[in-house]
Amino acid sequence: MEKQIETAKPVKPAIMTAKNVDVFYGKNQAIDNVTLDIPENQITALIGPSGCGKSTFLRCFNRMNDTIDICKVSGDIRFAGQDIYDPKVDVVALRARIGMVFQKANPFPKSIYDNVAYGPRIHDLAESKDELTEIVIKSLKRAGLYDEVADRLDDSGTSLSGGQQQRLCIARAIAVDPQIILMDEPCSALDPIATAIIEELMESMKERYTIVIVTHSMAQAARVSQKTGFFHLGKLIEHGDTDKIFTNPDNELTQNYISGRIG
Amino acid sequence: MRDLTLNTSAQMQKRHRKETRFKWYGRIAILLSLAFLVFMFAAILLRGMSAFQQTKIGLDISFNEQVIDPAGTRDPGDMARANYKPLISAGLAEVFPEVTERREKNQLYKLISNGGMFELGQMVVENPELIGTKQTIWLSASSEADLFMKGKIDAKVEEELRRFKDRDIAWFNTLKDQGKIKKKFNTTFFKSGDSREPEMAGILGAAFGSFFSLLVCFVISFPLGILTAVYLEEFAKKNRITDLIEVNINNLAAVPSIVFGLLGLSIFLNFFNLPRSTPLVGGIVLALMTLPTIIIASRSILRSVPQNIRDAALGLGASKTQTTFHHVVPLAMPGMLTGTILGMARALGETAPLLMIGMVAFIVDIPKGITDVATSLPVQIFLWADSPEKGFVERTSAAIIVLLVFLVLMNLFAVYLRRRMERRW
Repeated sequence: MEKQIETAKPVKPAIMTAKNVDVFYGKNQAIDNVTLDIPENQITALIGPSGCGKSTFLRCFNRMNDTIDICKVSGDIRFAGQDIYDPKVDVVALRARIGMVFQKANPFPKSIYDNVAYGPRIHDLAESKDELTEIVIKSLKRAGLYDEVADRLDDSGTSLSGGQQQRLCIARAIAVDPQIILMDEPCSALDPIATAIIEELMESMKERYTIVIVTHSMAQAARVSQKTGFFHLGKLIEHGDTDKIFTNPDNELTQNYISGRIG
Repeated sequence: MRDLTLNTSAQMQKRHRKETRFKWYGRIAILLSLAFLVFMFAAILLRGMSAFQQTKIGLDISFNEQVIDPAGTRDPGDMARANYKPLISAGLAEVFPEVTERREKNQLYKLISNGGMFELGQMVVENPELIGTKQTIWLSASSEADLFMKGKIDAKVEEELRRFKDRDIAWFNTLKDQGKIKKKFNTTFFKSGDSREPEMAGILGAAFGSFFSLLVCFVISFPLGILTAVYLEEFAKKNRITDLIEVNINNLAAVPSIVFGLLGLSIFLNFFNLPRSTPLVGGIVLALMTLPTIIIASRSILRSVPQNIRDAALGLGASKTQTTFHHVVPLAMPGMLTGTILGMARALGETAPLLMIGMVAFIVDIPKGITDVATSLPVQIFLWADSPEKGFVERTSAAIIVLLVFLVLMNLFAVYLRRRMERRW
């Protein structure tokens, strides 16, 4: 026991905690009693075979499951100590603090500028046009997209390539200046080069943001994350430091999954 | 040894034949429907085109002040009301001095349209300097003379069986030989309201009636339909009540339109006492009829907006309303407008409900607003088709042509809007 504490890396405080979370779609249980902490300014990867509930679990963090009528979430999920399913919590405020990037790049069919400016506009983050432009440029720079689109901010966001579109979506999420960014398989539709660019980007983003990423690529989880949680059939089988999960997992299921025997 | 040949086998041949046969079924079906369409348009055009021309008879009219304005006041009302018949008779007498008997004179006068007097009155009111001068004036020929000119009266038919007698034909030919007859573009048809005389009847009144009805229909059904569709699709929880509403909307779309007319009669006219025969009530009834169409079309368009656009906005912290009105509705707008225009096009061609609320009356005046009594294009067609006057036959077809032109224009506008506003997502 003592030995383990010595080898453990410095523990970062958890900004998000989930305790005994159950999710039901009608009568089907998608998430079964999951407890997991998300440490601040780190990248947490959620891995597991298709249909294991990792995306469903991710969508609990910003209450995106609210949009599905038959979805019921129970348990205790806290952001900075506040229960996010408390009736007093404003979903709009929650989603402004916790941004999301989706599996399929979904820029609005508007200009690149308007895509990024939309969040600051609805949340009144800019007092003047110049300030708004500043936010847009800063966000595009942080998403590593500015140099590629600087001279065509008025072009449609949908005219960009797949990887650029996904970075535009990241810029759009950053523009609201959230604490946490949830990423739901952000690279699953991208080629290896675009994937590498986004992985690099995530590395640089973690200084400022906490990132939770769902991925079905174990290699990606191993490359980018500091913490990993392994889901199987709606249960969180094992979680901990990424190094440990990938080199010396405690659970046999995890061992089987990362060595490619189930998936 | 395995068979590696690439030739057609008997089984493949059968499949190919099936395919060819099916293609031909499709082509024949298209050809048949095209043939019907061409047949319909050809029949209407052949009958209706002649109505766009009107036979005119040129007479030397001396604008006698004693007849038009004996008091010399030059009051427009008096001048319009004056009796111009003697002037026309005098003009005719110059060409046919031999016609002296009273009955014959009356017969001769019938070559000129009854509306000729009003045409002269109009001219004098617009230009009082005419008084005291003598001018060659082209007056509309009567419907019978017009039909004869257009070759629609067969002179070989027994005289008893036609209203245009041999004597009329003789007079007409005399005028024609003197170059006093010509065909002109029929402006009356586009510039006046209904009339008992075919040559004086026009569609402007009906067109305005249709326009005002559609205006009322649009103002009511577009916002109501769009808001209903948006609420049901984006906000309402799916439960038994919304299911019930959905089923009922679908049922309403299938209700025969005359039923909506009865509804309008009993509720808007008898209960609310709204003015009878007006575009206001017509428009409300048409709006009720168009609403289900707009709602159903709009809902299916809203459903086709990809979920990930909503997710993107919601994920940024946009509220449900912001998501809907900033992103979903703008994307769905071209489709919703198309649905609305198609619904309106249907309303434009609708007759039955308007019959029930009294828009079927004989109305000469051109309506100036939604509370003036009016009729509508399809009802006008119905009225003329029902009329015994032979001159209305070509006018019926001409009115159908005008209605079809409007319908085609509306549909083209819908296509244009769709092309113009459509965006990729």
